[in-house]
Amino acid sequence: MHPAVSVIFFTVMSGAGFGLIALIGLGMPLPGGLAAAFFIPALAGGLAIAGLVSSTFHLGHPERAWRALSQWRSSWLSREGVMAIVTLVLFGLYTLVWMLGGERILWLGLPVALCAVVTVYTTAMIYAQLKTVPQWHTGLTPACYLVFSLTCGLVLAAGLDGFRSAGPGAAGIAFAAILIAWAFKLAWWARAARSSLDAAGSTMETATGLGAIGAVRLLERPHTGENYLTREMVHVIGRKHAVKLRLIALCVGALVPLLIALAVWFLAASALWLIPAFVALMAGLFVERWLFFAEAEHAVSLYYGGRNA
Amino acid sequence: MTSLPSSTDKALGLVIDLDTCVGCHACVVSCKEWNTGGYGAPLGDLDPYGAEPVGAFLNRIHTFEVSPDDAPASIVHFPKSCLHCADAPCVTVCPTGASYKRSEDGIVLVDEDMCIGCGLCAWACPYGAREMDPVENVMKKCTLCVDRIYNENIPEIDREPACVRTCPAGARHFGDFSDPESDVSRLVAERGGMDLMPEMGTAPVNKYLPPRPKTRPNAAAPAASQGEPAPDGFLGWLDRALERLG
Repeated sequence: MHPAVSVIFFTVMSGAGFGLIALIGLGMPLPGGLAAAFFIPALAGGLAIAGLVSSTFHLGHPERAWRALSQWRSSWLSREGVMAIVTLVLFGLYTLVWMLGGERILWLGLPVALCAVVTVYTTAMIYAQLKTVPQWHTGLTPACYLVFSLTCGLVLAAGLDGFRSAGPGAAGIAFAAILIAWAFKLAWWARAARSSLDAAGSTMETATGLGAIGAVRLLERPHTGENYLTREMVHVIGRKHAVKLRLIALCVGALVPLLIALAVWFLAASALWLIPAFVALMAGLFVERWLFFAEAEHAVSLYYGGRNA
Repeated sequence: MTSLPSSTDKALGLVIDLDTCVGCHACVVSCKEWNTGGYGAPLGDLDPYGAEPVGAFLNRIHTFEVSPDDAPASIVHFPKSCLHCADAPCVTVCPTGASYKRSEDGIVLVDEDMCIGCGLCAWACPYGAREMDPVENVMKKCTLCVDRIYNENIPEIDREPACVRTCPAGARHFGDFSDPESDVSRLVAERGGMDLMPEMGTAPVNKYLPPRPKTRPNAAAPAASQGEPAPDGFLGWLDRALERLG
C-alpha cells in the first residue's frame, strides 16, 4: 500500500495525543497549577488535532470532510471522526473544569479516557476491517494501535511529571509499557509474515478464476503506464528494505527509550529525561507506521502480477 | 446511506465470456468515451500526450497466460470492471454515504457531490474496480451505464452498457441475474459462470465464463506419432525410385 505521509503523521500524532488524553483522564500524576492545567491539555489536544488536520490533507475534497460524520452506523472511518470530536469536546470540558477548579475530577476524566481509547480503536479498525489486506485484517492491529497510543501517552505524561520533580517510579512503568508495546508489534510482525495473500487463500488463480485450467501468469498489464491502482495498492518499494527499516524502528523506537527509561529508573534521575525518550519513541513509530503501509500486500496486486508486480 | 440493502428487486450485471474475448480493448475505449460525457464528472486524464500519462478508467483489460500441466499455455484476455457485488465492501466503508447500492436494481454507484476522495472504498475493493479521478479528485467506478440502460432518449437497441453494445466479439452480456430465465442467468448456468475471488465473500453479481477446453492435438487422430502415411500412385513410384537412387 502507498504510505501517504499525511496518514502516517495522522496515526502516529493522533495516537499519541489521544493516548495522553486517556492518561490525563485516568488521573495519571501530573504537575498542578494553572500553567500545567493549560499547557498539558493543549499539548495533548494539539497532538490529536494536528494529526486529524493532517489526515484531511490526503482527501480529494477536504472541504467536504464534515460529511464523514454521517455514516457512523456502518463505517469505521465515520465512527473515527465522530469519536474524535466527542473525545475532544469532553476533554475540553474536563480541561475547563481543571483550569477553573484547579483539580482534576476523576468521574469526568474516566469517560474522556474511555472515549480516547475508543477513538484509537476506531482508527485501527479502518485498517483492520479490510479483508483485501490480509496483514492488517487481524485483532492484533487494533491491539498494536492501542498499546502504542497508551505507551506514547504514558511516556509523555511521565516526562511532563518531571516538572514537579517527581520521583523516578514512573520511569519503571514507562519501561514496562514500551517493552509490552513492542512485544505486541513483534507478534504483529510474526503474524504478518504468515499472512500473505496466498496464505489467505487468494492467488492469481482465484483472482482470475482460471485455476481450474492451470497456473496463471500475467502476460500484459492493461496499460503500459502506471494508474491509480498500481500507485495506491501495488506499492512494492517497502518490502525491499523491510528488514533494515524494522531494525531502525526497533533501535530508535524501542532500544533508545528503553535505555533512557532504565537509566532514569536506576539512577533516580529526573523524569524530564523521559521527554527525549518520548521523542525517540515517536520517531521509531514513524518508521513503524511507514512499514505498516508500505509492506502491506493488497489483493488487487494479483491482477498486476502478484508478488512480481 | 452506506448500509447495504438486504435484497435488491433486480440484480443487474454483466457476463464476461473469457472464451470469446479477443482483447481488442474496444470496450475500454467506448466506456471511457461514454463516461467522459455521461454520468458524473468526466473521466480525467493527466499528461495524456506526455511522458507519464495517467487517467481514470472504469474498465481495463488484463492479459494472462494460463499453463495447464499437460498442454501448451494459452492466452486469456481478461476484462475487469466493477462486479456490483451483493455484499459490496466498498459501500459499507464509505464515511459520507457517497457510495451506495441501489435497492431497485443492485447497481453500486458513487454520488460524486458527496465524495470526499478518501480512497477507502478503493482499498476495500479486492478487484481494483474503483479509481480516483486525477482531475476531479472523486472516486469513479462503473455505473453499468445507468444513464444508458434507462435512457428513453436513445434507441432501444442502445439501452445497454456501452461496453456490451460495442463488443465486436459478443463477449459481454448484460441482464438481470435475479431472473433465473434471463439470458445472462442461462449463460451462467450453461457455461459454468464463476465468481472472482469468492474467498473475499463479496458475492459479485458479474460472472465470468471460463474459456472452453482447447482441442488437444495428441488426443485426436494419432497422425503425428506414426509418421507420414506412405504415398501411393505416381508419387509413391517417384518416392520409391528416388529412394533407390540413394
